[in-house]
Amino acid sequence: MTDLQDLCFAIAQAQAAQARCLDDDRLEDWPDFFAEDCLYRVTSAENMREGYEASLIFLNSKGMVRDRVSALRTANIYERQAYRHVLGQPSILSREGESVSTETSFMIARIMRDGKTDLFATGRYLDVWLRAGTGVTLVSRVVVCDSSRIDTLLALPL
Amino acid sequence: MAVKGPAEVTPSSWPEGLTRVPYWAFQREDVYAQEQRLIFQGPSWSFLCLEGDIPNPGDWRTTFVGDAPVVVTRDADGAIHAFENRCAHRGSLICLDEKGRAAKGFSCVYHAWSYNLRGDLTGVAFQKGIKGKGGMSGDFRVSDHGPRKLRVETISGLVYGTFAAQTPALPDYLGPEISTRIERVFRGRKPVVLGRFTQALPNNWKLYVENVKDSYHASILHLFFTTFELNRLSQKGAIIVDESGAHHVSYSAIDRSATGNADYSAQKIRSDSDYKLADPSLLHGFEEYEDGVTLQILTVFPAMVVQQIQNAIAIRQVIPRGPEATDLNWIYLGFEDDTPEQRMMRLKQANLVGPAGYISMEDGCVGGFVQRGVAGAPDERSVIEMGGKTAEGSESRVTEASIRGFWKAWRAQMGI
Repeated sequence: MTDLQDLCFAIAQAQAAQARCLDDDRLEDWPDFFAEDCLYRVTSAENMREGYEASLIFLNSKGMVRDRVSALRTANIYERQAYRHVLGQPSILSREGESVSTETSFMIARIMRDGKTDLFATGRYLDVWLRAGTGVTLVSRVVVCDSSRIDTLLALPL
Repeated sequence: MAVKGPAEVTPSSWPEGLTRVPYWAFQREDVYAQEQRLIFQGPSWSFLCLEGDIPNPGDWRTTFVGDAPVVVTRDADGAIHAFENRCAHRGSLICLDEKGRAAKGFSCVYHAWSYNLRGDLTGVAFQKGIKGKGGMSGDFRVSDHGPRKLRVETISGLVYGTFAAQTPALPDYLGPEISTRIERVFRGRKPVVLGRFTQALPNNWKLYVENVKDSYHASILHLFFTTFELNRLSQKGAIIVDESGAHHVSYSAIDRSATGNADYSAQKIRSDSDYKLADPSLLHGFEEYEDGVTLQILTVFPAMVVQQIQNAIAIRQVIPRGPEATDLNWIYLGFEDDTPEQRMMRLKQANLVGPAGYISMEDGCVGGFVQRGVAGAPDERSVIEMGGKTAEGSESRVTEASIRGFWKAWRAQMGI
């Protein structure tokens, strides 16, 4: 095993674990994937291309990530729904010291209460990871959806 | 889908007064078609785009008026034009993209009929045929043909268009109160687009417009709003409904003198909770307006919203896509003179609005709840009686007056 292989494996494992966390409705565990000082935002390819700064979701602290979860649990109204994430292989874009940037494609199906299942979002995660021991911590995730069109609403994190 | 209701939609088929709306109005194909003709292409102004979307001569942008595709352009003299995005020949779209620059005008991809930036037909490929054979008939004149043109006017950098010759000038259409309230948001500043997203709503367009005009629901359905005192019905505020009923403004300012939440607790409404944020920084907006108003929701009939929720400024363009589908186009705005800190606050407060917004995500699904709820009940009627039976503004926001105003204007234009 090379150092690079170890790193790829650690990142792929962390991404898979995070996707499982969301798909299994363990939202309360989701903030634990992030560093204290972190960024999570959801935008689209078109907004990226235009250089638009605003996001569908913009969380720039772990506190804000937690708040997203508690709002979904206690404040917001939306029909019961679940996601199924299918992730591609993380592609390493750059490495600088302990910091690693990756791009990973995703497809997310949304399953509604009545069983209706749709392809809800496709896109890529632009992640920045920090090596921590044998694992990695997520410092930044920019979710770039291929489409700027959201069906009905975006409740659960992508 | 049960589609009943009257055989013909006439004045006598509508209940008397403004407080009852039959559900077939949200379901029928013929009503939808009539709305396109009499409202969207009738005497009303629709939001097209921002002036800043087409800053230079030759710039164009595509948009919609109702479900009709429209191109907005800026000509060599800097004037703004709008015309149907429909080739005069056999109806193809002229512009296929969202935006672009066309110094020399447009050419339809289908048969290369060409247009200048004003939407005039300027040329027909092979008009004279080839080697004297084929070609258009001798009496064909390009000047007799072209896509329909819209009149265009602007306010605060917002471009509006209308198909109808009889539509009053924009300032008269809006009236002084609504115009002033639009100008208040922009304050002469140059808007900068911060983001564009589309929310596909599973409901009739009017259910979304009703929702926006409904100040009664705001602090009941949206917990986030209420708990953090972004908007409580007990805050200082008011509803303005213009004389025609068509447009409205709902605004509020935080009333520091207000005490107690007894009114809310007594109603046992879900929205009175102990919900606390781990990082409340997104609520610490900056003082952008001297009048202390922290929320202003404004609608321009038929289907456009100007929103100020603290420092989250947005345009919402409502595009009907059939009786039971609507596109809601969000344009998030900042201003050219924003400091980095102010800009950051706008990015944070964008969490409040849009398809994933803490206080607007529910509006994306509640229209669908109604559409599905009334599926078997075209002849039943909604009850819109909160705050009385008229469509007048009030200091109380426990009212559905602006919804009644919408139906008043809708019926006037529909001849119902």
